[in-house]
Amino acid sequence: MKKIIQYPLQILNYSVFMGIVWFFSIHPSYHQLDKNQAMITFTMSHIGKHVTKCKKISYKELMKLPPNMRKPMDCPRERSPVEIELMLDSKVVYSRVVQPVGLFKDQGVDIYENIRVSAGKHRFKVWINDDVNVKGPIYRHEQDLTIRPEQHLVIQFKSKENIFSVR
Amino acid sequence: MNPIKRLYLALDAWFNLSFGYAWNPLYNLGTLTFFFFWIVLVSGIYLFIFFDSSLSGAYNSVEYLTHEQWYIGGIMRSMHRYASDAAIITIVLHMFREFALDRYRGFRWFSWLTGVPLLWFVITLGITGYWLVWDELAFYVAISSSQLMDGLPLLPGTMSRNFLSEQINDRFFTLMTFLHLLGQPMFLVFALWFHVKRLSDVKVVAPQGLAIGSFFALLVLSIVAPAVSHAPADVSKTPAVLNLDWFYLNVYPLLDFWTAGQVWLLTISVTVLLMLMPWLPIKKRGPAAVVNLDNCNGCEQCVKDCPFDAVSVQKRTDGKRWENEVVVQDDLCASCGICVGSCHSSNPFRQSDKTLISGIDMPNLPVNDIRNQLKVAVSELKESVADGASKIIIFGCDNAIDFKNFKSTNVAIVNFFCAGMISPTLVEYALKLGVDGVFITGCRTGDCYFRHGNKWMDERFEGERKPILRKRADRTRINVFRAAETDCVQLKMALDEFQECIMQLNQQERIAEDKVEG
Repeated sequence: MKKIIQYPLQILNYSVFMGIVWFFSIHPSYHQLDKNQAMITFTMSHIGKHVTKCKKISYKELMKLPPNMRKPMDCPRERSPVEIELMLDSKVVYSRVVQPVGLFKDQGVDIYENIRVSAGKHRFKVWINDDVNVKGPIYRHEQDLTIRPEQHLVIQFKSKENIFSVR
Repeated sequence: MNPIKRLYLALDAWFNLSFGYAWNPLYNLGTLTFFFFWIVLVSGIYLFIFFDSSLSGAYNSVEYLTHEQWYIGGIMRSMHRYASDAAIITIVLHMFREFALDRYRGFRWFSWLTGVPLLWFVITLGITGYWLVWDELAFYVAISSSQLMDGLPLLPGTMSRNFLSEQINDRFFTLMTFLHLLGQPMFLVFALWFHVKRLSDVKVVAPQGLAIGSFFALLVLSIVAPAVSHAPADVSKTPAVLNLDWFYLNVYPLLDFWTAGQVWLLTISVTVLLMLMPWLPIKKRGPAAVVNLDNCNGCEQCVKDCPFDAVSVQKRTDGKRWENEVVVQDDLCASCGICVGSCHSSNPFRQSDKTLISGIDMPNLPVNDIRNQLKVAVSELKESVADGASKIIIFGCDNAIDFKNFKSTNVAIVNFFCAGMISPTLVEYALKLGVDGVFITGCRTGDCYFRHGNKWMDERFEGERKPILRKRADRTRINVFRAAETDCVQLKMALDEFQECIMQLNQQERIAEDKVEG
């Protein structure tokens, strides 16, 4: 008698268990973008300019230093922060100042940023400043873009050539 | 009782009603997880036979399995996915159960501490599995995982960029396949061994009925709702909607709102908090069992019975004629007293006129004290019980139902740390002293707080495990009742029924005696 009651209950339990397994294996759907949106990924790996220029050390100053540290030029290692601004139709969609890494701030910056934008025709502008001694953009790029919904557009600043690539 | 425990016990009662004690899934969460891993392993081996571990061929080979070979390959794929998902549920329920029943602190700290990272090992194993399909979801997982890795100050550069510049090649993909197929599973097996290291007689095989039921449930789900891929991975596309497997990929959407560093902070904080739970606050445990070599002949029964591998055997050190002696490892001892119940020298008929010393004993509840308590309880019963009424003694397990309120003029109680601590000779001794019935309480069948107490007691009473309950012991005067804290009504009913039964037995005996005298 007990078994007669247990079998339907077991089927019910297995059904609920498998229902939970199935549901959460694909539901609820994750909406990465809205219907009419696309993704721009901005990425770069770049070392900013030195904050201070190399300075020639005078003979007198050089003699004050221990013999193993006597270098004719004094070159501080600190690098400039890198400033980036991305604009779409004159509207800033991404703006950031990234400090160089490293204990002495002498390393480069690595940026990987996803930006959601609306699909359609846009005027795209981007500029970078990697020198703390210069005001305003140093490297810049602008172009017209036609972005499809769900398109993944990769904008990369190629540090060796100092150019932007849009793919 | 706290509401979490109450909720768990209600769920437990429901599963006992549906499956019975032996098949209750909540008592078999560990073995069920093992069973799901077996399904994952077997289906994974089959999938690997047809899987093309190259960047260009992976997606097509999975599509072939899913659609062209749907009748076996597709089912195998679905079983592989759904069994992995089911394993996450059983692991989380396993953790919930131990938490709800307060079985994660004290002597259990090691199993809890080593169990928490296991969940993450399983999740990372699932993540690399999703990667191998190389569809849109796999691409999302690859990019998001790389973003998370970039958030750690371990790797120079930006790992995520590799996927954008199409630097991922077949070699990298083969490495991922190796990681998923061999590297991570081997690591998981090692971690599992560590997790159960402090347990003896570890169950790894699910009860047959439960295994069959789970297998068919997975099979039906695989046929009704087969697992399918998204569109192939495409660097130039960001799909608006993805059907995430929330059992494994639940952390990734957080990257939409937080930086990788913040996501790491959250996951590491939660993990560390979970791992520290056994000390928040610390649960005090009783003193470890003590071996009295003068009364130990090294029979090793306590070694066989200890559920936590705390008792071991070594060469005799006191020069006595026996070959071995037992030794208790204090830091492993759970203070359950099961070893006391398994020791032949815990026999209360011994040394009746002096202090009873067992070969292995609990310092905070020695068998001599139990015998004395029993003697006092029985003499009080004899004084208070009216002629004709039954005298009942409850041997109660401290971790099961609260029996203290059931003490009355004709019911006395003696408490034990575990039902497994009750030596069969003690039951005989109680009957010999003059009680009419012995009522033993214990944790719900299959759910002993100290793992094996109920099981060993049953085997001793059935004559299958030493020390046995002798045949001459009147079993009609012994009743075993197993229940959780929420089962007070059932305990009351069972006790009343037992008392009624004992009264009838007494009456029958009196009539028989009268006939003999007449």
